[in-house]
Amino acid sequence: MKKYSVFAIAREAMRGHKGWEEQWSSPEPKKEYDVIIVGAGGHGLATAYYLATVHGITNVAVLEKGWLGGGNTGRNTTIIRSNYLYDESAGIYDHALKLWDGLSQELNYNVMYSARGVMMLAHNVHDIQVLKRHVHANRLNGIDNEWLTPEQAKEFCPPLNISKDARYPVVGAALQRRGGTARHDAVAWGYARGASARGVHIIQNCEVTGVKRAANGAVTGVDTTRGFIGAKKVGVVAAGHSSVIMNMAGVRMPLESYPLQALVSEPVKPVVPCVIMSNTVHAYISQSDKGELVIGAGTDQYVSYSQTGGLHILQHTLDAICEMFPIFTRMKMLRSWGGIVDVTPDRSPILAKTPVKGLYVNCGWGTGGFKATPGSGHVFAHTIAKDDPHPINAPFTIERFRTGRLIDEAAAAAVAH
Amino acid sequence: MSISFRISGAGRLKQAKTARFSFDGQAYTGVEGDTLASALLANGVHLVGRSFKYHRPRGFLSAGAEEPNALVQIVRDDARKTPNVRATVQELYDGLTANSQNRWPSLAFDVGAVNDIASPLFSAGFYYKTFMWPKAAWKSLYEPKIRAAAGLGVSPDKPDPDHYGARYAHCEVLVLGGGAAGIAAALAAAETGVRVILADEQAEFGGSLRFEAGARIDGEDGFAWAQAAIARLKAMDNVRLLTRTTAFGYYAQNFVGLVERVSDHLQNPGRELARERLWQVRASRVVLATGAIERHMVFADNDRPGVMLASAARTYLNHYGVAVGRNVGVYTANDSAYAAAIDLKKAGVNIAAIVDLRDNPTGPVIDEARGLGIEINFGRAVVRAGGKLRVSSMTVQPKNGGGERTIPVDAILMSAGWTPSVHLFSQSRGKVAFNEETRRFVPGTYAQDCVSVGACNGTDGLDATVDEAYAAGAKAAKEAGGKAGKGAKPKVDASESWSRGMLGAAPGAGQGTTVKAFVDFQNDVTAKDIRQAVHEGMHSIEHVKRFTTNGMATDQGKTSNMHGLAIAAETLGKPIPQVGLTTFRAPYTPVTFGSIVGHARGALFDPTRRTAIHPWAAAQGAVFEDVGQWKRAWYFPRGAEDMHAAVDRECVTVRKTAGLFDASTLGKIEVVGPDAAKFMELLYTNPWEKLEPGRCRYGIMLREDGFIYDDGVVGRLAPDRFHVTTTTGGAPRVMHHMEDYLQTEFPHLNVWLTSITEQWAVIAVQGPKSRDIIAPLVEGIDMSDEALPHMSVREGKICGVPTRLFRMSFTGERGFEVNVPADYGQAVWEALWAEGQKHGACAYGTESMHVLRAEKGYIIVGQDTDGTVTPNDAALDWAVGKKKPDFVGIRGMARPDLVAKGRKQLVGLKTKDPKVVLEEGAQIVEDPGQAIPMKMIGHVTSSYWSENCGRSIALALVAGGRDRMGKTLYVPMPNGTIEVEVTGMVFFDEKGERLNG
Amino acid sequence: MLLIRCPYCEEERPELEFRNAGEAHIARSTNIAGESDDDFEKFFFIRSNPKGVIYERWRHMHGCARFFNAVRDTVTDKFIMTYKAGEPKPAKLPGASK
Repeated sequence: MKKYSVFAIAREAMRGHKGWEEQWSSPEPKKEYDVIIVGAGGHGLATAYYLATVHGITNVAVLEKGWLGGGNTGRNTTIIRSNYLYDESAGIYDHALKLWDGLSQELNYNVMYSARGVMMLAHNVHDIQVLKRHVHANRLNGIDNEWLTPEQAKEFCPPLNISKDARYPVVGAALQRRGGTARHDAVAWGYARGASARGVHIIQNCEVTGVKRAANGAVTGVDTTRGFIGAKKVGVVAAGHSSVIMNMAGVRMPLESYPLQALVSEPVKPVVPCVIMSNTVHAYISQSDKGELVIGAGTDQYVSYSQTGGLHILQHTLDAICEMFPIFTRMKMLRSWGGIVDVTPDRSPILAKTPVKGLYVNCGWGTGGFKATPGSGHVFAHTIAKDDPHPINAPFTIERFRTGRLIDEAAAAAVAH
Repeated sequence: MSISFRISGAGRLKQAKTARFSFDGQAYTGVEGDTLASALLANGVHLVGRSFKYHRPRGFLSAGAEEPNALVQIVRDDARKTPNVRATVQELYDGLTANSQNRWPSLAFDVGAVNDIASPLFSAGFYYKTFMWPKAAWKSLYEPKIRAAAGLGVSPDKPDPDHYGARYAHCEVLVLGGGAAGIAAALAAAETGVRVILADEQAEFGGSLRFEAGARIDGEDGFAWAQAAIARLKAMDNVRLLTRTTAFGYYAQNFVGLVERVSDHLQNPGRELARERLWQVRASRVVLATGAIERHMVFADNDRPGVMLASAARTYLNHYGVAVGRNVGVYTANDSAYAAAIDLKKAGVNIAAIVDLRDNPTGPVIDEARGLGIEINFGRAVVRAGGKLRVSSMTVQPKNGGGERTIPVDAILMSAGWTPSVHLFSQSRGKVAFNEETRRFVPGTYAQDCVSVGACNGTDGLDATVDEAYAAGAKAAKEAGGKAGKGAKPKVDASESWSRGMLGAAPGAGQGTTVKAFVDFQNDVTAKDIRQAVHEGMHSIEHVKRFTTNGMATDQGKTSNMHGLAIAAETLGKPIPQVGLTTFRAPYTPVTFGSIVGHARGALFDPTRRTAIHPWAAAQGAVFEDVGQWKRAWYFPRGAEDMHAAVDRECVTVRKTAGLFDASTLGKIEVVGPDAAKFMELLYTNPWEKLEPGRCRYGIMLREDGFIYDDGVVGRLAPDRFHVTTTTGGAPRVMHHMEDYLQTEFPHLNVWLTSITEQWAVIAVQGPKSRDIIAPLVEGIDMSDEALPHMSVREGKICGVPTRLFRMSFTGERGFEVNVPADYGQAVWEALWAEGQKHGACAYGTESMHVLRAEKGYIIVGQDTDGTVTPNDAALDWAVGKKKPDFVGIRGMARPDLVAKGRKQLVGLKTKDPKVVLEEGAQIVEDPGQAIPMKMIGHVTSSYWSENCGRSIALALVAGGRDRMGKTLYVPMPNGTIEVEVTGMVFFDEKGERLNG
Repeated sequence: MLLIRCPYCEEERPELEFRNAGEAHIARSTNIAGESDDDFEKFFFIRSNPKGVIYERWRHMHGCARFFNAVRDTVTDKFIMTYKAGEPKPAKLPGASK
């Protein structure tokens, strides 16, 4: 792998950029690998990367039905934060956040992790109680998250409307300064390049159509649109399609897949300096390096694999954005799109071994998976390599739904009384 | 400006009034009916913008919505500054003020243009490969610089004074696009009598008939025919015509979003008129007549101002009467550019030369051009445009190499052919198919009840287009229930024909070249960038797009996508369909947020719910808090009291004499029917069968998973009638939850559920004097403790109106909740208030309510519980019927983890220092000396200063809490650790004697 | 915005009037208290989440307020049919080739 640097760019500029090598190779699939990862999104590629770099397992194939990074990795609003309430969630998201800081250097690929700060707004007494509970729990967990008055929130984000006459005035905010955004494509491409350079096969346009198991139940490989590919270990990292793949192995999952929409505005000069989220008015916004306002919406209400959603969902989202930022009504929506998010009953992921020997699953990230990408890949690689979960992902089992040991961040936010 | 490029006798704006406007501070005049673009061109102005990355000078590429370059900021006043407006779409009005964007200090001299000189460094995706060292410099230096350089216009910085309208509409046939095809389809459909909506993005219908001088229909000039046909449609009651209206999104089941630009073209729209209006249309059938968009030629420096699409130059001439130059060159790979040359030549503009990539094309337009004496060069390419702020020459070379010749020009008209506008078809989830012969993507498989006609369907020629469109309009109407139409199909007498053209880079910009031949103008993507992306392993067109940003600018690739795809395919050595087409996503053109939001702003963002007693509380100076959609009186300050002083006074007064509290927001559901008690048994943990009519019980509702979902006092009014109360926020979901079980799991039960939240206003009167206050106003209810004990309910009258009078307490004092019909709520409140004044009672708000209930250890679901708490956790085991065989949650709460030891349990906390009030949400630890991360064993759920107790009080969820009674725990705060003692949950009147006090 | 046919009102109405209520034909046991942990998990948490035909529940929340069942294709979001709550899962779907 030739190193990227400003000097490499200068060198290539002299010869018309003809000397760049392929960022990843496009090999034909082999008959068998040590590990197959199903899904070349950020989490899958990160898993392959860490299998190679941390565990020395390089005989790995990442199978992708479309193009790498083309699922939720390339469709999300790239918010990164770790200010979760429960120790289990804080553990995995902060593990990821620590990896984000330094990921560009680790991958030699600028993923543009931008610690711009993530500010979550409180609009009523109940919000204050919930957000302060987070602030205090985060502090004792060593995770930065601080409480701001409305005036301090406005100082941090000048276009924010803190008028007391707003329908839901801002009454405070929790700010995680280490939170921010990153460039989604670069994350997928950087991991792909790093994994490919170490011998991992990234096989695009290769859809898994079946999971093969031996008489003793153990996994033996997968059927694909490009033929059978053997492996004793298969990691399913298929986001919205996870339950489809797991069904092929005979495992029914506590998952439902919903459309999630997002949109960007036309690019303008810098105006929103951080990420703003509000659960009460229900929207979130940041501004990309390119100047586009990046805006997230809620999910549609029904199970769907269509990657589209209703206009009314975008409407509610923009209502909320213009409530927080009344100056934006003259801005224009440039592009909107949908992804498919897989949601568990407690809104926390499943990152675990499964009842099937050799089959591992990493799914259920719902609307929040991007931020976990490095951490998720790191501990999932450990789980596959050691056939045993890393302490950080040990709580994220499938069995928790039987025992009731849920990790329910959403329930902890409760509902207004 | 004295120089005018307005050609006398040309165009359709002859009678128009002049309109003054300014661009970058310079005053100009145009005429009404102009776009900002045509008006600037009439003044000889081509330089209007700078590109995104290299800050290259840019002019007008097009005359329409596909414009990538000519984006300006329109300034109406200080609050109404709109960035990124396409000058080719913005209609001129007298006094219009526009400014160029993304340049400093001026458009002609832009410091950012240094990027153009250094452009070899700024190749596709360069930013992924650098700015990583030193690490800290990304945040402090590189990123701020990149961000400052990016972006086009400037966001408004004041709230928008304009308003935006919204309409819903239904029709049988929705026709999108009002050119010849759309008009023909609309005529055919309208004649059957069905409801038809015809929408077009332009100010006038006609589409490409605006510039196609050679079209004749029904014996008239094409554009005149269009206006006559529109006049006929306008006269029909079943037709709605929408101009300046862009269909931007095609959603499921023929649901189409359109935006109508209502007043951006008016000098003085006035306050009444909306700026824009969102139309959401549900149609039985949709006819797509969205036309085609001309492509540019991809050659070196093809972005110089003055280099534009041939059809754009024709539009400026034939519609606006403006010549785009005086000495014009033409570069084409198909016939349609010849028509532009011919029209301009006839209008007196010199055509320097036509350069045609094709070897020996023949046809009437070529003959006509030759007949007009225009120089035509076949088999040649324009390999370079000269000039900087304005094109000055074109350099021509035989397409397979050879001697160069430079021809001076002041404009170059290009046509590489036409791309069918399949955007909406694709959004409808139809699948496009690649036609190998014409090298176009055209509609293939349909997913919805729609049909494409004319140029967007790959249909060539006006005759074929009108035939196809008229038939499709008639068929759509018939399928949607229309009768046979009586009209006649329009007859096309003369038409122009469009031929193929080329895709990808032209000679001189092909493989191995390093020239700047732009594919995507706004994002500065060149042919070599696309090739570089492929070389770097980007083999999917989606990767190419994302890596180079081709097609991701504000025009969303309308002119660039096909070229980019062809260059990628050529570099990969694969056929175009194998490389694939990027997804077309809504919106077709950018849509103002305000249009989507409509009136859902400010107070109308979300409904505000107010109780019947709200006006009284407001008049008393109450401070309100938001609870869900409700406004609730939070506290009633007197004089200079702050919240704490007011709450202390209110709490003491309630326990000393009495207080009145507006509890109207509590959810209320009436459960009625022979099986009402059975139903209650199943929905609540408590037993209900034996509850006597006239008595109340505190009920707990679980979800099936065993966690507390809601709570409230339930009164049994009769054997078959329960008056159920819920939390304020929980009312709708509790109703939904009950209906779900009643309708789907327990449909055998004969029960009716009615939401009565808003039927009854509820006035809580609490305190030792509460009975004395109420009794004088009540008729027909024995108020004695024997007749009306704690937790009972009676129906009778108060102040002459019906009441459901509950004897119950959320304060621990003797208390009542007076339910009266909401219309009488304030009157009864005022009567009770007058009685209360005799006893020194006060009004109290939600904050005092919280303190008073916490003093008694009564929980608030949603505050002391959070969706992970079981009845046992909340010390409410007593409310769970032990002998019941079934209730919702019975199995869930028996799961292993829900009955495990060490669960978090609700307990009381007392700070060692009684003056210290804990913070709600604060975390609790066993060992304050441990290092971070600390082991947290719980958190404070409720915490108040209790004036009645003379100390602070708190409730908390603590792991194994009930086994820790009397133990000391710690609450580490940023400025010191607070010691607390675990206690019971009741802080005041532990024996509960005051309920009858 | 989907267009949904309410089998009680017998007309198509916009999605805004409806609330989705999850997968259909998951019966609550009449002896739920006696179920095993595994069975309870299957009942309450495990879902089919099919890519293709789904049987799901809707409620005509802002209409007749009735719950009903629908068959929908989760890839195209097209409704195949709707039917009243309590009616059996249709053995054959309209338009199905097999």
